Amino acid sequence: MNKCLHCGLKTQEKDSEIDEESRGYFCCNGCKLAYSIINNFGLKSYYRTRELNSNEKLLKPEEDIQDVDMSGFAYKDKDGIFVLNLIVTGLHCASCIWLIESILNKQDDVLFARVNMTTRRLVIKWDGYITRGGELVSLISSLGYKLMPFDPDVIKEIDRREEKRLLLSMAVAGFAAGNVMLVSVSIWSSDKVIMGMATRDFFHWFSALIAIPAIIFAGRPFFHSALNVIKNKNTNMDVPISVAVIIATFMSLYETINHGEHIYFDSAIMLLFFLLIGRYLDIKAKGKARSTAHDLLCLMSGSVKISENGTHKVIAIKDVKEGMEVIISAGEKVPVDGVVINGDSEIDTSLITGETMPREIHNGDKVYTGNINISAPFTVRVNAHGENTLLAEIVKLMEHAEQGRAKYVFLADRIASYYTPVVHVLGVSAFLMWWLLLGLAWQPSLMIAVTVLIITCPCALGLAVPVVQIVASGALLKRGILLKSANALEKIEKVNHIIFDKTGTLTIGKPQLVNLDKIDEADFKLAASMASKSKHPLSQAITQAYTGKIDNYDVREISGNGLKYESLKLGKRDWVFAGEVLADEVTADDDMYESNKHEYMEIWLKKEDGKFVQFLFQDELRSDSKEVINNLQKQKYKLTILSGDRKQIVENIAKELKIDNYKYEVSPKEKYDYVEKLKSEGNNVLFVGDGLNDAPSLAAADVSISPSTAMDISQNTADIVFQSEGLKSIEDIIFVAKGSLNLVKQNFIIAFVYNLIAIPLAFSGFVTPMIAAIAMSGSSLVVILNSLRLNR
Amino acid sequence: MDVLIYLIPIALLMGIIGLGAFIWSMKNNQFEDLDGAASRILFDDEDEGKNE
Repeated sequence: MNKCLHCGLKTQEKDSEIDEESRGYFCCNGCKLAYSIINNFGLKSYYRTRELNSNEKLLKPEEDIQDVDMSGFAYKDKDGIFVLNLIVTGLHCASCIWLIESILNKQDDVLFARVNMTTRRLVIKWDGYITRGGELVSLISSLGYKLMPFDPDVIKEIDRREEKRLLLSMAVAGFAAGNVMLVSVSIWSSDKVIMGMATRDFFHWFSALIAIPAIIFAGRPFFHSALNVIKNKNTNMDVPISVAVIIATFMSLYETINHGEHIYFDSAIMLLFFLLIGRYLDIKAKGKARSTAHDLLCLMSGSVKISENGTHKVIAIKDVKEGMEVIISAGEKVPVDGVVINGDSEIDTSLITGETMPREIHNGDKVYTGNINISAPFTVRVNAHGENTLLAEIVKLMEHAEQGRAKYVFLADRIASYYTPVVHVLGVSAFLMWWLLLGLAWQPSLMIAVTVLIITCPCALGLAVPVVQIVASGALLKRGILLKSANALEKIEKVNHIIFDKTGTLTIGKPQLVNLDKIDEADFKLAASMASKSKHPLSQAITQAYTGKIDNYDVREISGNGLKYESLKLGKRDWVFAGEVLADEVTADDDMYESNKHEYMEIWLKKEDGKFVQFLFQDELRSDSKEVINNLQKQKYKLTILSGDRKQIVENIAKELKIDNYKYEVSPKEKYDYVEKLKSEGNNVLFVGDGLNDAPSLAAADVSISPSTAMDISQNTADIVFQSEGLKSIEDIIFVAKGSLNLVKQNFIIAFVYNLIAIPLAFSGFVTPMIAAIAMSGSSLVVILNSLRLNR
Repeated sequence: MDVLIYLIPIALLMGIIGLGAFIWSMKNNQFEDLDGAASRILFDDEDEGKNE
């Protein structure tokens, strides 16, 4: 067994291409080409430095990559240099960046090439002519990376700007906090005797000088948000934070001017610094999920290949007009609604209908956006695009559903709405008590009131939720689960009803060979050897099922029919049997197939001796579906299957999983209505689905989960996306969600206990600035440490 | 206590230099690609200067 030099795939000595120079093997011509390009540029050290992760599959370079015209996406910057922005798929380690950049930089006309590994974007700048972009793209494509052009304006940069602003605020707050602390510690560690009043005043003024501008600058994120909620006659955590910070600042300034003893600049700025750290981590965690979602959205709204006067051109989807002819190569998604005008193929409609079996299409057949072309390229005349497609209709339904979702009030905000008035009443009453009842002068009374506000500072409360969410999303990410909306964890706790889609969710969503026991080893080997040359899903299912050695045949793929090698045929029934007398050599399984036609897919092998072998396929359950469903039922969840598939199939699956509630042949709208109905009956619904037909329901449900094999739009809609093969992730998610909610509650309890001790102390006037600072940092630290327990 | 006249401005100056460096690096987009930057130092430069 040898490994392909380029992609590391196991290859057979016989069928691999041997390269004389390097004396290595290749699994296919694509890899050989990629290797020779890399070799010619003198970049072979790529193979030494790259790290191959065994779980990650390298993208195989395609064999015939044509230059596509990217001129619709390239633009001229102010220096007259062309710029092209691309999304790169297939990056797996740092060496990929090095390889791509090095190869591009070796081109004489390329002025700039840089890959951003975090966001997986590539920027190329070159001098010369605009069509050069297409050549550069195909050069990189031939190494096995997939490139999609995008319009940088489409991706909203707002989040990034917000992130930068928080980072800057954090830096300023950190700088100020450090310097003010430096001075404050000196004040705390001396007394009136050691430190003269002049020195103390100098220190106070110095603190004010640093703290006030810093507070104004770094406090903006909180002040803005507080102002907004107050305008809406509401309240959140930012209100008490802002009030405490502002009052502390003014009071300290007043004390400084009047040669007072205690100032609270250090507490105010420290509070901001701690909270900004939490905020920044929060937006960073969300941003990661969001940029993945953006990429998916871009790919969806990306580019199409059109044929115009016999030439091919890539244009943005938004520029597609009715009547244009769009070319859809095998494996591609149909980007428009339209009629086939040239070519025969099979399409996968599962995204819209949820049906597993590929459908044949010929001239005049209608195809819809989101269908996937399986076997052969075809051309479509555009009927509807953009807003008018069937897909867009479903998306509209989905958006409608999402609007209803925004009403949920999160735990932290609910607590804030009780917390804020209590704290402020406490502050005011402390002031009134000392001033009116106990006869203190109004300045020291106000000082005590301010201490109460600062010491009850919601530092720990403000950190209680975000820190847990960051830790939880980190913990889930390690298990291959992407938490897109951090708040989803909170909602999972309440779920009592789980709805599953069938195709692609409970099942794998790909055909699996099922009649293996009826097939001869030799026939199986023959079929697998032939099928290994084809990308058709059924061929791949055979190759995947076969584990032994493969022979090399120079098979020809007859588009839409099957594979042929001399007298050997592997493919569609009609085609394999064409011109043959149907005899009784046909294997016995055929009866089963005939009686349950809708449940199976088949292909036939015609052997050299003229005998026929049937291969049956079925979409099988994910390996752990049964176990997971069983566990969920034990945990008293109500389970339902909603599928767009036919009665028989859904019934069988439901029986196998022992789920009593199931519905078949449901349209996207009916699924959505069902979810709404359950919700209106007071249920909290978790929807697990992958298809486009599930998207509205995913949006309507309280919480939703998608596998990463799901359609882009479903992944965008779902709160959580999991990558693993099995459904076990759902249990993991529920487990982590419950754990993290417990931690959040514990954090709140810690914060309250701390307040219970601190408030009476502050109320009775015992708290000095030093104690306030220590208590505050202490409570924040305890909350953070408690949250980290989730990682264990 | 006269020493404070030197020490405090020095401390402040050092802090400001640090803050300035941070803001400069942020404006320079050095926080855009933390994953990539971490690996980039390991690359061997074969053709220097072209990437600038």
